[in-house]
Amino acid sequence: MAKHATPLLDQLESGPWPSFVSDIKQEAEVRAKNEKGVEYQIPVDVCDDLLGVLELSFKHGRTHWKHGGIVGVFGYGGGVIGRYCDQPEMFPGVAHFHTIRISQPAGKYYNTKFLNQLCDLWDFRGSGLTNMHGSTGDVVLIGTQTPQLEEIFYELTHNMGQDLGGSGSNLRTPSDCIGSSRCEYACYDTQNLCHTLTMEYQDELHRPAFPYKFKFKFDGCPNGCVASIARSDMSFIGTWRDDIRVDQEAVAGYVGGELVPNGGAHASRDWGAFDIQEEIIDLCPTGCMRYEGGKLEINNRECTRCMHCINAMPRALRIGLDRGCSILVGAKAPILDGAQMGSLLVPFVKVEEPYDEIKEVIEAIWDWWMEEAKNRERLGELIKRQGFQKMLKACNIEPVIQHVQEPRHNPYIFWNEDEVEGGWDRDVNEFRKHHLR
Amino acid sequence: MEFDEAKKMIVEKLEKKAKTKTKFYFNDLAKILDMKPRLAKKLVTKMVEEGVLEYWSSGSTSMYGLKGAGKQAGAEGE
Repeated sequence: MAKHATPLLDQLESGPWPSFVSDIKQEAEVRAKNEKGVEYQIPVDVCDDLLGVLELSFKHGRTHWKHGGIVGVFGYGGGVIGRYCDQPEMFPGVAHFHTIRISQPAGKYYNTKFLNQLCDLWDFRGSGLTNMHGSTGDVVLIGTQTPQLEEIFYELTHNMGQDLGGSGSNLRTPSDCIGSSRCEYACYDTQNLCHTLTMEYQDELHRPAFPYKFKFKFDGCPNGCVASIARSDMSFIGTWRDDIRVDQEAVAGYVGGELVPNGGAHASRDWGAFDIQEEIIDLCPTGCMRYEGGKLEINNRECTRCMHCINAMPRALRIGLDRGCSILVGAKAPILDGAQMGSLLVPFVKVEEPYDEIKEVIEAIWDWWMEEAKNRERLGELIKRQGFQKMLKACNIEPVIQHVQEPRHNPYIFWNEDEVEGGWDRDVNEFRKHHLR
Repeated sequence: MEFDEAKKMIVEKLEKKAKTKTKFYFNDLAKILDMKPRLAKKLVTKMVEEGVLEYWSSGSTSMYGLKGAGKQAGAEGE
């Protein structure tokens, strides 16, 4: 018998999709039975009370959580998000219900030993409820009480080799795709760059001094499996400078039906024979391909790296060999001014250890943003407010054609005096002789 | 700027404002010290380590306050 009746939540279980309500009920039951004999450090009925307070919120149409506070571990300004219930007598199990963010390993590779340790720790000192993973990428442990925080932190850092993630006005936990560990499209080693920058910028990750949050994300290729272009203040997307490598024999293989397009994906129904003209050439967004006389040609100069042809015919077309990444800045979710996609800042940079060129750009951006941004202003908003040109100056980057988002959109060009030969010093008195006020 | 001098400036200013405001953005502190943010951060972090200041976080934004000033953990949001 459940501790609280939850008719409104029960309704959420009726759909065809997996339900978080069922998951929480399951965990509540496991804790009540306690077959493993865990010495729970927070109330055993935490999950029941969580369901109770959520039901009450649905009933009242408003939240019963208060969030924020001075909770955390010594020396860290992030990683723990304080949460309290405003009905602690009715729901003592969730009187404190803090969230802990844990930095995920690069590429999110775990071994089962680590996951078992993590779950055992969280059963013992927390609610047992996890979110694998939060949208920033961290492992999110949902629900514990203040006295448990230091204990959990000690166990994580001393016995599990893992650290807290970022929250608040910090660098948020950098996140990446699996990169060259398992993907032939990766144009650089995302895991190495992600891990290296995570270690390099530990101070920024744990001690908040930014105007607001700041996110790095690393995509190995323009397929963008971590969607860095839409979700990170600074996005690193793999690309290449030379030509797409074409294997004409394999192209013929696809055309002849010996090779299955899209690596066999979408194979659950019969789409008919592969038609290279219709499915590849006509879909190229820049029209830079043609297939004539059994030969596929690409005008690489016009290619915008949409990845469609490479995804559809991976045996025939492969990424170029002169690889690196593009750096984009200013993406964010829609709290103010609507969602923004990243704007291209560095069209191409080689991604080579020790990544000094990349660090230089990062630090120039931070210096500008930390000095110029208003409180709670994201980088993308500052770029909009002050202009892309200001940012280029701050980063000491020369404007290039790739920075122009919409050519001919605005016919006016504003020059600074030092950009015009001879400047525009003039004798006002001489001017006034011929032009009255 | 010496650490002790910076500490004095911050504590004096924050105490003066204590009646109306107890939580401050990092930029407010950098302005009090009249320093570039990255340099101010080193001093402010040391003040947190010494227990003069403490962090406050809403989860999305972080602020700083004199230790013990203003609302404390259990009373957040009241």
